[in-house]
Amino acid sequence: MKSSTLFKKNKNKLKTQNQKIIDCDIHNFIPSNETLYKYLPQRWREHHQMFGLRGHLGSFYPRALMNAARHDSWPPSGLPAGSDLDFMKYQLLDLYDIEFGVLNCLFGVGGQLNLEYGAALARAINDWQIAEWLDPEPRLRASLVIPYEDAELAAEEIDRVGSHPGFVQVLFLVRTREPLGRRKYHGIYEAAIKHNLPVGIHFGGAGGGPLTGAGWPSYYIEDHGGMPQAFQSQVISLVFEGIFEKFPLLKVVLIEGGFGWMPSLMWRLDNCWKKLSQEVPALKSSPSSYIRKHIWMSTQPMEEPSKPVYFKQLLEHLDASDRLMFATDYPHWDFDSPQAALPAGLDDETRKKIMSENARTLYDLN
Amino acid sequence: MAPLSDNDLNDLFWINQNVIDCDIHNEVPNIEVLKPYLSDHWRSYIEESAFRGPDSDDYPEGAPTSVALSFRKTGSVKGNLDIGELREGLLDKLKIEFGILNCAYRVQAVHDEQLALTLSSAVNQWQVDTWLSRDTRLRGSIVIPSQNPMLAVKEIDRWGHDSRFVQVIMPVRSLIPYGSRKYDPIYEAVVRHGLVLGIQFGGSPGHPSTPSGWLSTYAEEFASMSQVFQSQVMSLIVEGAFDRFPTLKVSLIEGGFTWMPPLMWRLDKEWKGLRRNIPWVKKPPSEYIRKHIRLTLQPIDGPGNIQQFLEVIGQLDSEEMLMFSTDYPHWQFDRIEEAFPLGLSREVTTKILLKNAQSFYRF
Repeated sequence: MKSSTLFKKNKNKLKTQNQKIIDCDIHNFIPSNETLYKYLPQRWREHHQMFGLRGHLGSFYPRALMNAARHDSWPPSGLPAGSDLDFMKYQLLDLYDIEFGVLNCLFGVGGQLNLEYGAALARAINDWQIAEWLDPEPRLRASLVIPYEDAELAAEEIDRVGSHPGFVQVLFLVRTREPLGRRKYHGIYEAAIKHNLPVGIHFGGAGGGPLTGAGWPSYYIEDHGGMPQAFQSQVISLVFEGIFEKFPLLKVVLIEGGFGWMPSLMWRLDNCWKKLSQEVPALKSSPSSYIRKHIWMSTQPMEEPSKPVYFKQLLEHLDASDRLMFATDYPHWDFDSPQAALPAGLDDETRKKIMSENARTLYDLN
Repeated sequence: MAPLSDNDLNDLFWINQNVIDCDIHNEVPNIEVLKPYLSDHWRSYIEESAFRGPDSDDYPEGAPTSVALSFRKTGSVKGNLDIGELREGLLDKLKIEFGILNCAYRVQAVHDEQLALTLSSAVNQWQVDTWLSRDTRLRGSIVIPSQNPMLAVKEIDRWGHDSRFVQVIMPVRSLIPYGSRKYDPIYEAVVRHGLVLGIQFGGSPGHPSTPSGWLSTYAEEFASMSQVFQSQVMSLIVEGAFDRFPTLKVSLIEGGFTWMPPLMWRLDKEWKGLRRNIPWVKKPPSEYIRKHIRLTLQPIDGPGNIQQFLEVIGQLDSEEMLMFSTDYPHWQFDRIEEAFPLGLSREVTTKILLKNAQSFYRF
């Protein structure tokens, strides 16, 4: 039964101070194998039936809630959270009057050990996104998923669907097999630039090594709370490998990685570069200058400074009022409400940029 | 924070104050110096196999960061610093009340745990003979095979009663994060002897240094080390190490400190959301951090803008957490006069230079 028959259209929109809202991180979830099989050719359907998904095992921590989803995000239709477009409209797009939302499908395409299978899954997921999300809902845009451990296959997929107007970004999960500055990924950046797509790096993934540089921790809180360290490492790699010199048009979006750590990292990198620049001759200017030019960040989950004045300082130190973009992370448990996410005291101009205009410019949403 | 006065911006005003330097390197130059302390069995094992020491390279010999130019005399590279050079370059230049040696000999990277223990014992005896017994201002850090806590405790108990040792040292990069209950015997011994647990830049556990694989350059690894410190802080707290050992004191050495305020904010938020999974953690993580954890000053990972720098230090919400260090002989500043940042008040300066370490370590 379609969800729309189970609830009435939400008439009570929650207005956010007359603010336009663009949500940069919404998760659509493939509801079942049956749905997947509609988009998967026979050869890979059989493969999936026989062997299933095979990634870097041993990296799983039981999440606080099933599928890490809000209790109330499970649709009346009985489908998994995030898989029912009508319910997503009701609970998110309509309720908060969201102008545009960017879907980041976290299906484990990039982490498949069988790279050709990963490529087949990427094609299936992207076709499913076009048919069941982008075509029916004009407010939605999506990230194009790719088998990112093989640049050739990934570039093929970007070339295949990159010109579809619904795709606004190419998606990585942050825990890749190698740091993203390494040469094996360069072909992906080339393809993304060719199609004028930013590269999004999202929370999650499993690259085969431990979750931290100090080995495997024990708890989900360390998986969830430790993800900023993975983002920091990727920024270091991208900058010091000279990616932004080699690809001056590349735009990178850090999604669900927080941003409170970024000022400290910029200072650290600048100080480090002063002493060790000989090892990274590709860099023509300070690391922080590349970050300020090439790296965007989504807001959720936001570090919450213990005092309001610290948040103000943080934004000043970050110097990213043009590169911070609001996100809810719907339907996950750590959802940020558009009404409450940004602290009070932010000036109207900055608030407007973060809530909608930065994303509008980056993703060209109109 | 009060506005800066000319006085505070005088970069020499602290030079005449007593200081405690919490991070001085005494490197084992080569395995030859350890041979006198090894049994016949291990000496012949090392000679026959041509083993040259732990498979570790935290401070590449020629890297600009490894030895400051001003300390790099003719023929004087990593490892060859002797007590004379240390006195001339550092101990006699500042009014050093105590200087803590942090030996970075990475026995933790030796897979043969018995050999790792043997090397630890040799290094510690070498530290006593070569450094600690030759200058009363020096204090040492006990090197332990932390990959095997049972063996590590033997080494802690061997030296714990020697007041010249004030700390047990482990590299930040471990095989298993330090909050794990596996390390409890080490912490029990550390606490019992009134020592501090020092966690230091570096280490070679054999797995990648990032959650996303091996970085290409030393510069990246150097920069990314602060992420590993963040992981260890999280582990110590959420595994309840400070609940099991309420008097455990941890010094984070050579890892920077400006990442600490955002880490505290993030961990407090995580704790609010997920504390039902870790019910033994009774207080917000930042409270554990301020009570149990200290950070050494160098290398400073702060902004050039003094006002912003003071703001970040203010965000620690504690004047007790930073402890002066030079990181000698590494290149973190060009002149010894630059070892301390500008702009801090006299009171905070004295705390960082002296008092914070004084009340943390058993001097």
